[in-house]
Amino acid sequence: MAILLFAEHDNATLSDQTAKALTAASQIGGDVDILIAGKDASAAADAAAKLAGVRKVILAESDALTERLAEASAALIVSLAGDYDTILAPATTTGKNVLPRVAALLDVMQVSEVIEVVSADTFKRPIYAGNAIEVVQATDATKVLTVRTAGFAAAGEGGSATVSSVDAPSEGSDLSSFVQNILSESERPELTSAKIIVSGGRALGSNEKFNEVITPLADKLGAAVGASRAAVDAGYAANDLQVGQTGKVVAPDLYIACGISGAIQHLAGMKDSKIIVAINTDGDAPIFQVADYGIVGDLFEIVPELERQL
Amino acid sequence: MKVLVPVKRVVDYNVKIRVKADNSGVELANVKMSMNPFDEIAVEEAVRLKEAGKADEVIAVSVGPAQAQDVLRTALAMGADRAILITVDGTTEPLTVAKLLKGVATEEEAGLVILGKQAIDDDANQTGQMLSALLGWSQGTFASEVELGDGSAKVTREVDGGLQAIEIKLPAVVTADLRLNEPRYASLPNIMKAKKKPLDQKTPADYGVTVENRLNVLRVEEPAQREAGIKVASPAELIEKLKNEAGVI
Repeated sequence: MAILLFAEHDNATLSDQTAKALTAASQIGGDVDILIAGKDASAAADAAAKLAGVRKVILAESDALTERLAEASAALIVSLAGDYDTILAPATTTGKNVLPRVAALLDVMQVSEVIEVVSADTFKRPIYAGNAIEVVQATDATKVLTVRTAGFAAAGEGGSATVSSVDAPSEGSDLSSFVQNILSESERPELTSAKIIVSGGRALGSNEKFNEVITPLADKLGAAVGASRAAVDAGYAANDLQVGQTGKVVAPDLYIACGISGAIQHLAGMKDSKIIVAINTDGDAPIFQVADYGIVGDLFEIVPELERQL
Repeated sequence: MKVLVPVKRVVDYNVKIRVKADNSGVELANVKMSMNPFDEIAVEEAVRLKEAGKADEVIAVSVGPAQAQDVLRTALAMGADRAILITVDGTTEPLTVAKLLKGVATEEEAGLVILGKQAIDDDANQTGQMLSALLGWSQGTFASEVELGDGSAKVTREVDGGLQAIEIKLPAVVTADLRLNEPRYASLPNIMKAKKKPLDQKTPADYGVTVENRLNVLRVEEPAQREAGIKVASPAELIEKLKNEAGVI
């Protein structure tokens, strides 16, 4: 059994989503190799080599792989696939873009968003926005999986795997090209890896109020900022802050939901948080059914008060 | 240029689904079914391309049971020109659907395929990427903006850190994310007109595809339920609980 893990990174640094997916790979069992596809990505490769439980790190570099666009990345993974029984990636927007392409080229069915490894070929995954959990057995010779990392702890360091370079095939690299990233500049922790998240909903009422009320509390706690789909659709928060089935799936130690009613699709994105706090004027809001601690009241009074007393 | 829009018939997004008592699946009897919401966005985008003179014909296609005609009629009422139903009973996995769609895209010589990024029933998020791979085309997934150029398209994608703009060669597969557009409601006259638009019925055999499932669904379970906790009276009490009881701050 050998497993290939397609790493999430930005060339300079390795994302902790890779370390979390590594834990899922270790649970499947077998030798795990990490593939770093990128450009000038030796720093990310060195970081991957230090993770515990890695056999080797494969570094593939080319211009077309700089941003790991789907066509070139899939061609690379397919060129390596013969040596592996399982190919997996964290279910990031990159993993979700690339791996189904790999699966189709290998004529296998992918198992998407694995939340639990039952055995080497059997996995649990959410369907219907997390309202049901499907237990599926993959029958193809090669298993292709994306892993929802919120359910897995990050693998630790302590490894000393070797890094070996391979040539990236040129196939696919003429199909698409990178133009630009318009990334949110922020000093805050990433939503998907934050220990604390302060999230705002439609009750905030405007973009100004969202920033005025949510930001100070997040700053005080060193927390990431999240938002419900309703708040994003209303233009109160940027789309990359959206937590939910159609946004990001998070599992911080502490999730503070301010003015969020708790629609099914939002709950699907945060119900694995360790501790959930809900602040809402409506005491019957569904968010209180999943909250460990709730305060019924006006968030415009409670949230600033909370910030002052911390 | 012909634009192909695959649409899926799924449980309506407002329905609270129930897991069957024998854990064999989700209760689908007597449940309201609708077009997958992401596919509605895809139909809207295709129709707008036609209205802007950038597409000659919009063809909606669905793989599913005979009742999937309903979602195709919806697509026709929104502005698609004609429809194709490939009749399959039971579950079809994304890989099979992608193979069937490849057959349609090739036969119709489509220049662009636009479909939803995922279906809200199986949440697989695979079909578009798989179709693109099988056709050997480029892909622009999770699109929030599509600008068609000459022989290429600029696609703005919703990615984890924000947005990413890429240039893709045509022909291409584009998958629609939530913020690509707001789909229109079909007007009554258009719903009436849609009944007269052509809808071809096909079978997987017409495209030389065998329907087979590669994943065995062993069982379907209820998700773990969280217990509701307690209500606290003040921010001070909350801070005390978070510090001393939960130990998270």
